[in-house]
Amino acid sequence: MQKYAHFKGLTIPLLLLLPQLMITVVFFYWPASQAVWQSFLLQDAFGISTEFVWFENYRDLFAKPEYYKALINTGIFSFFVALFSLSLALLFAVMADRQIRGAEVYKTLLIWPYAVAPAIAGVLWIFMFDPSLGMLARGLQSLGVNWNPRLNGNDAMTLVILAATWKQISYNFLFFLAGLQSIPKSVIEAAVIDGARPMRRFWTIVFPLLSPTTFFLLVVNLVYVFFDTFGIIDTVSGGGPSGATETLVYKVYSDGKGGTNLGGSAAQSVILLAMVIAMTAFQFRFIERKVTY
Amino acid sequence: MTFKLKTLTAAGAFALAAASPAVAQTEIQWWHAMTGANNDVVVKLAEEFNASQKDYKVVVAYKGSYPDTLNAGIAAFRAGNAPHIMQVFEVGTATMMSAKGAIKPVADVMKDAGEKFDPKSYLPAITGYYSTTKGEMLSFPFNSSSMVMWYNKDALKKAGLPEAPPKTWPEVFEAAKKLKAAGWDKCGFSTAWTTWANIEQLGAWHNVPVGTKANGFDGFDTEFRINGDLFVKHLTNLANLQKEGVFSYSGRTNTGEGRFTSGECPLFLTSSAFFGNVKANAKFDWSNAPMPYYPDVAGAPQNSIIGGASLWVMGGKKADEYKGVAKFFTFLSDVDRQVKLHTESGYLPITKAAYEKVKASGFYKQNPYLETPLLELNNKEPTDNSRGVRFGGLVQIRDIWSEEIEAALNGQKTPKAALDAANDRGNQALRQFERTAK
Repeated sequence: MQKYAHFKGLTIPLLLLLPQLMITVVFFYWPASQAVWQSFLLQDAFGISTEFVWFENYRDLFAKPEYYKALINTGIFSFFVALFSLSLALLFAVMADRQIRGAEVYKTLLIWPYAVAPAIAGVLWIFMFDPSLGMLARGLQSLGVNWNPRLNGNDAMTLVILAATWKQISYNFLFFLAGLQSIPKSVIEAAVIDGARPMRRFWTIVFPLLSPTTFFLLVVNLVYVFFDTFGIIDTVSGGGPSGATETLVYKVYSDGKGGTNLGGSAAQSVILLAMVIAMTAFQFRFIERKVTY
Repeated sequence: MTFKLKTLTAAGAFALAAASPAVAQTEIQWWHAMTGANNDVVVKLAEEFNASQKDYKVVVAYKGSYPDTLNAGIAAFRAGNAPHIMQVFEVGTATMMSAKGAIKPVADVMKDAGEKFDPKSYLPAITGYYSTTKGEMLSFPFNSSSMVMWYNKDALKKAGLPEAPPKTWPEVFEAAKKLKAAGWDKCGFSTAWTTWANIEQLGAWHNVPVGTKANGFDGFDTEFRINGDLFVKHLTNLANLQKEGVFSYSGRTNTGEGRFTSGECPLFLTSSAFFGNVKANAKFDWSNAPMPYYPDVAGAPQNSIIGGASLWVMGGKKADEYKGVAKFFTFLSDVDRQVKLHTESGYLPITKAAYEKVKASGFYKQNPYLETPLLELNNKEPTDNSRGVRFGGLVQIRDIWSEEIEAALNGQKTPKAALDAANDRGNQALRQFERTAK
């Protein structure tokens, strides 16, 4: 069987690739190169006076403790969001995959949060956990917990992790469920006949067979926590208190706000871009080896 | 079918005929950041102006919060399609005025258009914030306010406090402690707009500089002085009271204002423009009073500074469009219109004539809370420390300051260390701004 299509000459393949390439160039390469260029400049808000400063913006950045703090925050935030959203989604998917009454209803409800925009998800969580307005916050306070994300950095971090996790569970759930359903029933039935209990079946058969899905989700989730959680952080904590929830992507925004430090902001987004590329490459190089397709 | 075609053609011709006068109209784009009742005010103003004459049409567009609107305007200018009029909050003033090619000073707009314009007819406490040191008006004040202390009369009564609100900070602290004992155990007092209240207004109200060079009015080579005694003392008080549960931090912007109207915080410092919200939502007897001061600071209280936003005219537009903008500003300055805006929205009148008219009408006797900010602003002749603040990049610097203040309030840093760091980091931002503002 022939695996690849063969074309005579380059014209047709290039034409076929053109739409996708154009989209990539316009929406990725062009803005990315603009960011790289901007990161070498010192400019006023309106772009009237421009000075080329080489790597000064980068040097400034690495000289500031706030940047390292944002780096650590991003690490903590990404780790917990990826961990919770993947493990909870897997748990829900396994539960929903069984023969239970109303399975369809559960599945639909579990997918809903994905349709909620990040900023709105943030506001929903604020309504529950705002120390003055939130029902759940009042519950916590009546239990004697001094819940105050306005000033307590750990409380604020917990809140953004919860909101970001809640929002991502649906997406992961959907993929895990599809993954589970594509595992051949015969394999599992054979294990049942051999006397394997559910836990053993899960860890020795289901989980390894799910590894391509898990790997794909890990990559997607890291991209999600690095970039898409901006709206949640902006509405829930605004990066505060005292920078406790300021992640790298949020710092890109807050430093560039009002056109104050566009060069520094651009330098940060270039670094962020490089980090995500490196991380994805690393994952494909090393983690993918452990994946059984 | 033929009938339908005919009606369609007729309708088309009619539409063309109806549209033709609109073609002759010059459109003026106005980007703003007003929500709720204030958004209605903006829309209504544009409608009234459009109905009042035929040559110009003001088109309003809501662009999100103040920082969002500024970001949108900057991006639009860089892309070559800035609006004619942009509403920018007071914090963005230095950013706008340093962008000489991007804006057109209001004084020039009025002069070039031949509109009658007398800068002296405006309230100096307000226009001073938006003028050069030579008195040239750069932007047109739109919604101005100042900071006042809102208080819950019912709560004061229940806590056995005198009817007159506390005047000084030590009195506020004592009152808040009594309020806490009387059941307001979550929050005796609080403030919105953390840095505006506890740095910028605090400095002006005590005639203490926030920065050198007359708070930046005399040049971009200004340096901060916010780790001075007054600021450290005040933050130390706040941090201690936060620990005791007497003061309760309410966030960097005004998202915590609801804590006053819900009855949670009986003493609350925020903008005088909070009026509409209080009137609509507070289910208790309320009023406001001037900001508290420290009686041991000589000369305090001095005068307060304004907040809110002004309208900037963007550069590079056609002469005819500027004429429309000038006509619109004259329309906004009309005495009766200013009176109406002031008494309905709670924002300050910008002309002397409007203020005098409201005063003469006896309106303030029934609504003293609307005059409080004006009394604060005019309390004394402004000094170099109380004319306002003009620091480049203040949008970001306020966030830096808030970060450090939060670190002091949650006990991560001592107040002095936090303000030292706030001062240094602020100065770094100023130096960077100075380099780009040539």
